[in-house]
Amino acid sequence: MPDVLIELFSEEIPARMQRKAADDLKSLVTNGLVEAGLTYAGVAAFSTPRRLALSIDGLTAASKPVREERKGPRVDAPEKAIEGFLRATGLNKEQLEVRDEKKGQVYFAVIEKPGRSAAEILAEVLEKAVRNFPWPKSMRWGAGSLRWVRPLHSIICLMSDEQGAQVVPLEIDGIVAGDTTRGHRFMAGDAFRVTGFDDYEAKLKRAKVVLRAEERAEMIWHDATNQAFAQGLEVVEDKGLLAEVSGLVEWPVVLLGAIDDAFLGLPPEVLQTSMKEHQKFFSVRNPKTGRIEKFVTVANMETADHGATILAGNQKVLAARLSDAKFFWENDLRIAKEGMGAWRESLANVTFHNKLGSQAERIARIAALAGEIAPMVGADAALAVQAAEVAKADLSSEMVYEFPELQGLMGRYYAEAAGLPAEVAAACEAHYSPLGPSDDVPTAPVSVAVALADKLDTLTGFWAIDEKPTGSKDPFALRRAALGVIRLVLVNGLTLPLLPLFAQASEIVGKRDAGKVEAFADINDLLSFFHDRLKVFLRDQGVRHDVIDACIAMDGADDLALLVKRAEALGAFLTTDDGENLLQGFKRANNILTQAEEKDGVEYSFGADPKFAEEDAEKALFAALDKAEAAITPAMAAQDFAAAMGAMAQLRAPIDAFFEAVQVNSDNQVVRRNRLNLLSRIRSICLSVADLRQVEG
Amino acid sequence: MTDKPRSFQEIILRLQSYWAAKGCAVLQPYDMEVGAGTFHPATTLRSLGTQPWAAAYVQPSRRPTDGRYGENPNRLQHYYQYQVLIKPSPPDLQALYLGSLEAIGIDANLHDIRFVEDDWESPTLGAWGLGWEVWCDGMEVSQFTYFQQVGGHDCHPVSGELTYGLERLAMYVLGVDHVMGMPFNDPDAPIALRYGDVFRQTEEEYSRHNFDVADTEKLLRHFEDAEAECQRLLEAPVEDPKTGKRIIMAHPAYDQCIKASHLFNLLDARGVISVTERQAYIGRVRALAKLCADAFVQTEAGGYVA
Repeated sequence: MPDVLIELFSEEIPARMQRKAADDLKSLVTNGLVEAGLTYAGVAAFSTPRRLALSIDGLTAASKPVREERKGPRVDAPEKAIEGFLRATGLNKEQLEVRDEKKGQVYFAVIEKPGRSAAEILAEVLEKAVRNFPWPKSMRWGAGSLRWVRPLHSIICLMSDEQGAQVVPLEIDGIVAGDTTRGHRFMAGDAFRVTGFDDYEAKLKRAKVVLRAEERAEMIWHDATNQAFAQGLEVVEDKGLLAEVSGLVEWPVVLLGAIDDAFLGLPPEVLQTSMKEHQKFFSVRNPKTGRIEKFVTVANMETADHGATILAGNQKVLAARLSDAKFFWENDLRIAKEGMGAWRESLANVTFHNKLGSQAERIARIAALAGEIAPMVGADAALAVQAAEVAKADLSSEMVYEFPELQGLMGRYYAEAAGLPAEVAAACEAHYSPLGPSDDVPTAPVSVAVALADKLDTLTGFWAIDEKPTGSKDPFALRRAALGVIRLVLVNGLTLPLLPLFAQASEIVGKRDAGKVEAFADINDLLSFFHDRLKVFLRDQGVRHDVIDACIAMDGADDLALLVKRAEALGAFLTTDDGENLLQGFKRANNILTQAEEKDGVEYSFGADPKFAEEDAEKALFAALDKAEAAITPAMAAQDFAAAMGAMAQLRAPIDAFFEAVQVNSDNQVVRRNRLNLLSRIRSICLSVADLRQVEG
Repeated sequence: MTDKPRSFQEIILRLQSYWAAKGCAVLQPYDMEVGAGTFHPATTLRSLGTQPWAAAYVQPSRRPTDGRYGENPNRLQHYYQYQVLIKPSPPDLQALYLGSLEAIGIDANLHDIRFVEDDWESPTLGAWGLGWEVWCDGMEVSQFTYFQQVGGHDCHPVSGELTYGLERLAMYVLGVDHVMGMPFNDPDAPIALRYGDVFRQTEEEYSRHNFDVADTEKLLRHFEDAEAECQRLLEAPVEDPKTGKRIIMAHPAYDQCIKASHLFNLLDARGVISVTERQAYIGRVRALAKLCADAFVQTEAGGYVA
């Protein structure tokens, strides 16, 4: 049972690709080995900036021989058929066996594949894996034609057992597999030989390479938090950054440095973003003040001066970066304090979309719409308009130009600096939200009004110019915008019928851009887009899609809060015994009725008369329907769906009893018509609550 | 301990002798306005085709939008790049590069030198490659790229390209905070000159020119002219009627492409190109670059064999 060590040693692999590459190497190699008939006991994959490595334990030494028999054409079959068989089996005619079968003499191919050694299989599998490796981007180098993420320099492919270690013979584009590797680029000596995985990992560590990414991340986090703690500080956690940084070093050396006092007045988010994006530094916070005061950088070197030169260099670079940020911040503040006029003017020259005008035109539309929405969400209309007018001003600021991810947040800082009301400043930050399905939803009324207006303007605008999402393409993030509206409405429990709002938004888009937009948005199409998004959203919350369909079919389905309330009530109702049985009763009534209507070519929709009722069960159903109707109508008017469904549930027993006792298709045509009209009452009463025809089951 | 250079020009001289010693032909700057060292035909055109190549040179580069009237500590509208191009890329190119850092006084045992993913793309040249930006103690000191495509052509063999931003690198090595304060020649020379003595005034003049005064109508016209001329030169018959020789004017045409590219940069700095137009202009320059690349590979230097 040999063990295997593979290493693919290259120039620096992008940090973001390392983890997946290690996993890919593992699955490509192990799948290949298993397909070739080998088994193994254990496997683990590793990555550092310069290498992918794979360790396989307990590989079977050889695959088992395989004997395969294939029946071919008859001996007297046309030559073409026989040739085809020879091609398929890779044999020649002399190698075929002739056997007597019932239908005559038939050719048989007996193919015996001897077992193959693990080394032979491994070489084949590894070469294939290297040549077909799924790098997100790969390249050629020098005069060769092999593709790898960066130039590949050496390969270890080693099998070891009790007898010792053997290099598996393998050559890929001139790179001959061996048993040597290299340690750290600067802190280790020459290449060295290894005899197996344990030896490999141990020698790498001596050569200043920590093979395991988790171990490097652990070392970084441990050292960083310890050094910060010693100074009464804490490291701002950032798992993504930690993973990235541990892919940038083979030997992590954590250095804690101070941020120059001159920059401590910058908003903490600016410090954090600048340090992370440009320098891949962790932020270190003073828990007493909440301010970011220091940084942690992770070097790949131990130096004689204990990192003093490295830290000084990093500090200098940071100072240059932060002077830029400070320059932006101070310039921006000046313009903010002047009322942001310059920014708003410059947005007139920024195109939002060539058919939807400039950012300034877009902002004017959002402001108009926010003013209309404000009273519906309990916001002050003047504040909502004011907030919408400044909410995107920061797009012209230098800070947001430099760090687009700070949009909105800078808007809040600048609105505060401009002395605008707190609600307005809050809306500047919050109006982009919610961005994702788990993002926080704004609840402050002014923020809600602007957030809704922003998204509805985008949706009706793109609907008007017929730029709708198709398949996986949604370049303007319209699905996200619709989901944002849905969540804003539901989380805030807003009674906000959408169709009039769409009409209003569409009117505003049309009015502002007369001549540019030829048609208004098809608002019914937009509503069904919303319903699709709502279905996806509710399905994730466990609401059945057919239940939602049953409710979407009802009037008032553009009131999402109402729609969801109805769907929830119906969903709950259908889980009860009465609900389930009533549904069956309804379906039976509906089926009989539909068939009769199709056959007779008429609609049985009124005139059921108790005086033609013959059976007791029939009479009882009349009474029950009267009673249910009397309860359902007011309950529906009051949007009390639970009460309406409760009343509908009372119909279950009488409907069951009716079908038990009564034959609808009576020979007496008067009685038959009367009974069909009675079924029609069942249908219309049930359909007044929800379109049960849409419900499955 | 490596001895430290004392001036901007010493860093350039050391790079020149280092790469000369490593076998590169040390070329001179191209005599046209370009946005980066990559535009020099010694890189753009020579990275095409099968002929081996090894060149190193300083290239003055202009980015009109980066002008700051000489006030910004490290932003300039005119600056220098040091460029190395070797085809095919040698297997030890990283080691060669690190050697060049040592040559200018960066001791790898004292600093933290890292290769951080940075894929290079030039939409105007229709070119891209994979590589890194090289960090020294957190500062980007070079761009390191394996060219994959230039002018729409796959690079075969692949060239390795190194680009050093000279001012920034020198400021770091010399420990200078403001580019204008950096010693240009030796600080102990009888007439010691700082970078600002050479360039502060020109930065001011060009900033004013680029941002506010350059005549946009003329620039637009020159752009159109350069574009038309580039196309015309390449449409000329391959055989020169006077000499009867096969002469494809790839380089003269490429000069017009460079011109168009720089005129576009000037127009951009003047703020007369809208976001949507921008893409269209870049596409027009790229189309020229592609035509020139197509032409170059039909020449002897581009690997054409009669």
